[in-house]
Amino acid sequence: MRISLGPIQYYWPAEQIKSFYDQLRGKVELIYLGETVCGRRREMGPAEWVGLGKELAEEGHEVVLSALGLVEARSEAAQVKRLCENGDFMVEANDFTAISFLEANKTPFVAGPSLNIYSGRALREMQKLGARRWVPPVELPGQGLRQVLSEFAELSEDPMETEVYAYGRMPLAFSARCFTARHYGLGKDDCDFVCKNHPEGLGVVTRAGESFLTINGIQAQSFGCLNLLPALTDMKQMGVSAVRLSPRPVDMTEVVEAFRAGINGEDVQLTEPDPGMQCDGYWWGQPGCGSRAVENYQAET
Amino acid sequence: MELLSPAGNLTALRAAVDNGADTVYIGFRDETNARQFPGLNFTPQQAAKGVSYAHEHGVKVAVAINSYVQANGWDKWRSSVDEAGRVGADAVILADLGLIDYAAQEWPQLARHLSVQASATTPESLNFYQRRYGVKRAVLPRVLSIQQVEALAKETNVELEVFGFGSLCVMAEGRCLLSSYATGESPNTVGACSPAWAVDWQETNRGREVRLGGILIDRFAPDEPAGYPTICKGRYDIKGSVEHAFESPTSLATAELLPQLKKAGIQAIKIEGRQRSPAYVGKVTRIWRQLLEEIDSGTAGTEPDSELVAELLELCEGSTTTLGPYERKWQ
Repeated sequence: MRISLGPIQYYWPAEQIKSFYDQLRGKVELIYLGETVCGRRREMGPAEWVGLGKELAEEGHEVVLSALGLVEARSEAAQVKRLCENGDFMVEANDFTAISFLEANKTPFVAGPSLNIYSGRALREMQKLGARRWVPPVELPGQGLRQVLSEFAELSEDPMETEVYAYGRMPLAFSARCFTARHYGLGKDDCDFVCKNHPEGLGVVTRAGESFLTINGIQAQSFGCLNLLPALTDMKQMGVSAVRLSPRPVDMTEVVEAFRAGINGEDVQLTEPDPGMQCDGYWWGQPGCGSRAVENYQAET
Repeated sequence: MELLSPAGNLTALRAAVDNGADTVYIGFRDETNARQFPGLNFTPQQAAKGVSYAHEHGVKVAVAINSYVQANGWDKWRSSVDEAGRVGADAVILADLGLIDYAAQEWPQLARHLSVQASATTPESLNFYQRRYGVKRAVLPRVLSIQQVEALAKETNVELEVFGFGSLCVMAEGRCLLSSYATGESPNTVGACSPAWAVDWQETNRGREVRLGGILIDRFAPDEPAGYPTICKGRYDIKGSVEHAFESPTSLATAELLPQLKKAGIQAIKIEGRQRSPAYVGKVTRIWRQLLEEIDSGTAGTEPDSELVAELLELCEGSTTTLGPYERKWQ
């Protein structure tokens, strides 16, 4: 089972992006590069992403370029088109604008987690369009994934890689509205790039004081940090080929090492972030904010 | 322009037909449609009756089967498409890739409309659905400005349907898991946003509190109006400021955009609200029929009929309306 680094979802300065990947060189097999959240964020241009991708590929990483999740303006669609025609790397499609280009050019691609594949039929159809790997929606439970893969096996003899979103804050919603700009009383077109001040998004707390969600530009994320380390054995049995770790600005090296140890069958706990902030409810068919680890802990004490 | 009205049951369907809808859209009574509420929606027998009534009055029926086929659920979703075909519906409104493919293969004569849940926002994605699955029409998600809608209409041959009135989804439809994050159920999985069983109201000395899946969504002062609790319309604390972090309770109302939408070539205006009462459906349909007639006959002024707009306002959530994403400022 391989380890992948998902695309960075936050707006980090170019130097931070570069030093982030420098830290993790040689430690993961798969790296997804590019901007998936907001078309206005251009700290790294397409050429710079491709340049970084080439460096990383030379060092033996498999590099994938991730396309924008919600495409509205013509300039954004043009950006997605250029990405899809980059000629060097596979693309992760995160909406059907990208799929339209990729399917028309018969270019194999990765089907991203926002493409709503919940059944073997839908996955088979995605394969016919050119998908070679897919990332299930984060709300799909482990049991559901097992079932989807078994349905798919009945429908297709061709291989399909499965990559499970296994660590990090989960993307939960996309909107036309920029929530970060709105919090600061700014419009989306005139946002002063305030999301740059929030390298891990802006926390949304209930009036009872519970940390609940995170806003990151036009995206709403979970506040809880997904941790599927305890599910790795299940995933291996199902034939999952990779686990995706979604970048956070904290030291991801420890997280990568923990998942590597978990894949090697070692009994390992994750301390980053604090276990009280971790969640895994979706995997067990529960509300996504739930945590089996916390439930067990509460049951024991 | 065609007027589409919602119907959560037969009485509402008749109210929509009697008050001037061109098409009524319905769903079956299970998780195959994105508006699964207790006591709502149609059995196949009721759908057949509804189709007969509508067709007798020259009105079409579209069946929304627009949640996503779940693992182990193929037979259920497939049979909803089959039932829609059997009861003589005019169109199916779909989002799931496997299901669109199936409908195109097995029920080619049944028009395929792309649901708003599929969240197609560009000519590229619309044209993809058209060339691959013969999709005739698409419902646009509520994420585009009016200028973007106009530009899009120029670049695709897919018929476009836009939301005109009703609750406003703040998030791109089909791309929102907030409900399942708190409750385990979402529009994509079981066709429910903020399912009723997960809602809990409590009177406290701090005010009236509403929770979803145990999570405090909002707290209201004694006389403060409170709508149906969804996560995106709640109030939260962001760095010490308590605010509607995503959107306040408000309704989408776009009467004033009708001339522009017609000029842009938008084929249909959709009224949201399959969960609303037959009286509501009848009233909104009647008002929108009048608004559309004024546009179509050229008797509309530069502003929409103020009496009709005032009547609509009475039906709005929080008695406030918004142009929502159609207006760039909102975004």
